[in-house]
Amino acid sequence: MKKNNPSQNPLKQAFSIWKKEKFDKVMRDTDCDQSGFTTVSGKKIKELYTPLDLDGLDYAQQLGFPGEYPYTRGIHPTMYRGRLWTMRQFSGFGAAEDTNKRYKYLLSHGQTGLSVAFHLPTLMGIDSDHPLAVGEVGKCGVAIDSLADMEILFDGIPLDKISTSMTINPPAAVLWAMYIAVAEKQGVSPKVISGTIQNDILKEYIAQKTFVFPPESSMKLIVDTFEYGAKEVPRWNTISISGYHIREAGSTAVQELAFTLRDGIEYVEWAQKRGLDVNEFVPRLSFFFNAHNDFFEEIAKFRAARKIWAEVMKERFKAKDPRSWWLRFHTQTSGVSLMAQQPQNNVIRVALQALAAVLGGTQSLHTNSLDETYALPSEDAVTIALRTQQVIAHESGVINSADPLGGSYFVETLTAQMEKEAKDYIKKIDDMGGMVKAIELGFPQKEIADSAYWYQKAVERKEKIIVGVNAFEMDHEPIPTLKIEDTVGKQQLARLKKIKKTRNNSEVKAKLLDLKRAAKDDQNLMPFLLGCVKAYATLGEIMDALKEIYGEYKEPITY
Amino acid sequence: MAGKKIRVLVAKPGLDGHDRGAKVICRSLRDAGFEVIYTGLRRTPEEIVSSAIQEDVDVIGLSILSGAHNVLVPKIMDLLKEKGAEDVNVIAGGIIPDKDIPGLEKMGISKIFLPGSSTEDIVEWIKENIKEASAV
Repeated sequence: MKKNNPSQNPLKQAFSIWKKEKFDKVMRDTDCDQSGFTTVSGKKIKELYTPLDLDGLDYAQQLGFPGEYPYTRGIHPTMYRGRLWTMRQFSGFGAAEDTNKRYKYLLSHGQTGLSVAFHLPTLMGIDSDHPLAVGEVGKCGVAIDSLADMEILFDGIPLDKISTSMTINPPAAVLWAMYIAVAEKQGVSPKVISGTIQNDILKEYIAQKTFVFPPESSMKLIVDTFEYGAKEVPRWNTISISGYHIREAGSTAVQELAFTLRDGIEYVEWAQKRGLDVNEFVPRLSFFFNAHNDFFEEIAKFRAARKIWAEVMKERFKAKDPRSWWLRFHTQTSGVSLMAQQPQNNVIRVALQALAAVLGGTQSLHTNSLDETYALPSEDAVTIALRTQQVIAHESGVINSADPLGGSYFVETLTAQMEKEAKDYIKKIDDMGGMVKAIELGFPQKEIADSAYWYQKAVERKEKIIVGVNAFEMDHEPIPTLKIEDTVGKQQLARLKKIKKTRNNSEVKAKLLDLKRAAKDDQNLMPFLLGCVKAYATLGEIMDALKEIYGEYKEPITY
Repeated sequence: MAGKKIRVLVAKPGLDGHDRGAKVICRSLRDAGFEVIYTGLRRTPEEIVSSAIQEDVDVIGLSILSGAHNVLVPKIMDLLKEKGAEDVNVIAGGIIPDKDIPGLEKMGISKIFLPGSSTEDIVEWIKENIKEASAV
C-alpha cells in the first residue's frame, strides 16, 4: 500500500527524529531486549505505527463500509446493532439424554443456538459396539449411533426455532440426514430448519486427522451435500470451512488464514466441476476460525479473511450474487491456549480472545471453559464461559460501532500484511495443483508441524511467556471436574442392541443395498442416506457400506 | 563411550487424532539423540505392545487426549506383562485429570507428564531413568 508520497515528507522526517532522539535514546539507556516483540505467531511488530504506514491506503478499495465490498469492516451494514452474534456453546457428553438436559439448561440461560459435540466413535463413523470404541463411549461428546439417539437428543427442542451446528466430518452427510429426519418427525419441513454441518474434510487431512475415506470420495460426498442443500434445505450451511483445527495443531495465524481460504477455494472448484452455480451454493458456505492469544493479530486475521474471500469469489470465480462474497464465520476461543496450571486464569484468556473475535466481526462465538485442560466442562464452568460473552455484549460497549479498530495505523498495517502473506501461500498451493495435491505432498502438514515445534521451543527458552507455566508459577488446589460414568457405555450398548432387534431388518438391508448401488453409480447420495437413517440403519452400518465402495484413507506416518 | 541409543516408541492409542503433542515430542526426543519410532494414529493396545517388542524399545510414551486412559492404559500394561515385556518403561501425557494419576501409577505407569511439561523435562527424565541402555 506504500507509495512515494511527497506530502508525507515532513512527517517522515519528524518520525525519524523521534525514533532516533526519543525512542532509541531511551532504549539505549534501558537494558531491554528488542527481539522479543513478536506476535504469538512470531511476527515482528514495530515500536510504533503512524500515518506513514498507511500511506496510499485507498479507503473504498481496501476497506469500504460495513456491508459493502470488500467487506473488510464487516459483512452487515448494521453489524451488532442489527443483531448480536449467536452465542453458541459447543456441547455434548454421555448419552443423548444427558446432553439434551444440558441443551435445555443452556437455552434457558440465554444461549441462542445449539452446537453438538459428538463422541469420538460417532466422529469416526463407527458404532458404540465397535472394538475401537471401548472406553470412548460418551467421553468426548454425546454418543449417537442411530436416529433413535438423535430423537432423544432433540426431544422437546423446537427445530423450527433453534439453529444447530454439528461438528461432524467424514459422516457429516449421515448425521445431517438424521437431523432432517428428526425435524420431519417434529412436523418441521427441511425448508425451514437452519444450522451448520462442519463437513470440512480437507482440514482433517491437514490437521485434526478425523478422516475415513480417501480425498476424492470425501470431496464427492461434500459436493453432494452442497447440491442437495441448495435445493432442499436452503437455510442450512452445508460446510464450515475451518481454520480452528489448523491453528490448534500449531499453525501460525497466517497459515490458519491461508490454508482455510485455500480449502474454501478447493471446495468451490470441485463443486464447479459438477456443474453447480457459485451463485447458488456459495452463499451457504460458512467459515470457522480460532481466536488465539495475540489480540491484534487475530483481529487483523478476521478482517483480512473477509477481504480475501470477497475478492476470490468476485474476481476468481466471477460470482455475481453479493451473498457469495460474504465470509460469514463462527469463532471459538483457542483450546491450546488454556493452561492446566492455575486454571482460573483461563477465564481471562478466554475473555480477551472472545473480545478479539467480536472486534473482528464474528457471526457466532463459542467461549471455552476454564476446566477444559482436564475434562469436558462442568455446568459452573460453562456458565462463566457464556457469561463472558454476555458481559462483552452488554457491558463493554464494543458493539456500539462497527469495526471500531478500522483506521488504526497498527491494525490496518497488520491486516494488509496478513492479506499479502496469505495470498502468497494461496498462490504457492495453486502452483502445486490445489489443496488436495498439496495435502498429498504433505505441504500444509509440514508447515504446521514446523510452527508447532518452533512455538514449543520458544516457550521453553522463555521467549514466549505463559503465565503460571514458565513464569509466575505457584501450586494450586485441584478444581472440580465433570466425570462421565462408565455406566453410560453399558446403557448405550443396550440401546443399540434393542434398536437392531426391533427395527425392520429386511428394510435396513434393502436401504443399505440401495445406498451402495447409488455410490457405485455416482449418484447424489443424500436421498439414499435419508432412506437408510429413517429405517434406523446405524451410523456404523452406513459408513461400512460406503467403505466397501470408497475404501479407507491411510495417512503416511511422519513427524 | 558410544553406547546403544535409547529407543522410544511414541504411541497414540484410542480414537482421538490430536497429534500435535506427540509429534513435538517425537522431534524433541530425536533431537536429544534418542531413536524414535512413532506409531501414527489410532493404534490398538495390541498393536502398540507388539511394536514395542518388535522394535525392542526402552520406553513407550503414550499420548491420550480422549479421556479413555483408564481403559486403554490397563490393557497395555496387562499385555506387556503377558508378553514378558514389563521391563519397558511406560510414560504418558495428555488430558489426564489429577485424580486419575494415582490409579495409573498403581498400574505401573512410570511417569505422567501433564500439560505444560517441557520437552526438556521429558528428555531429562528418560536419560535419568533409562541408564542401563548406555551401559549395554
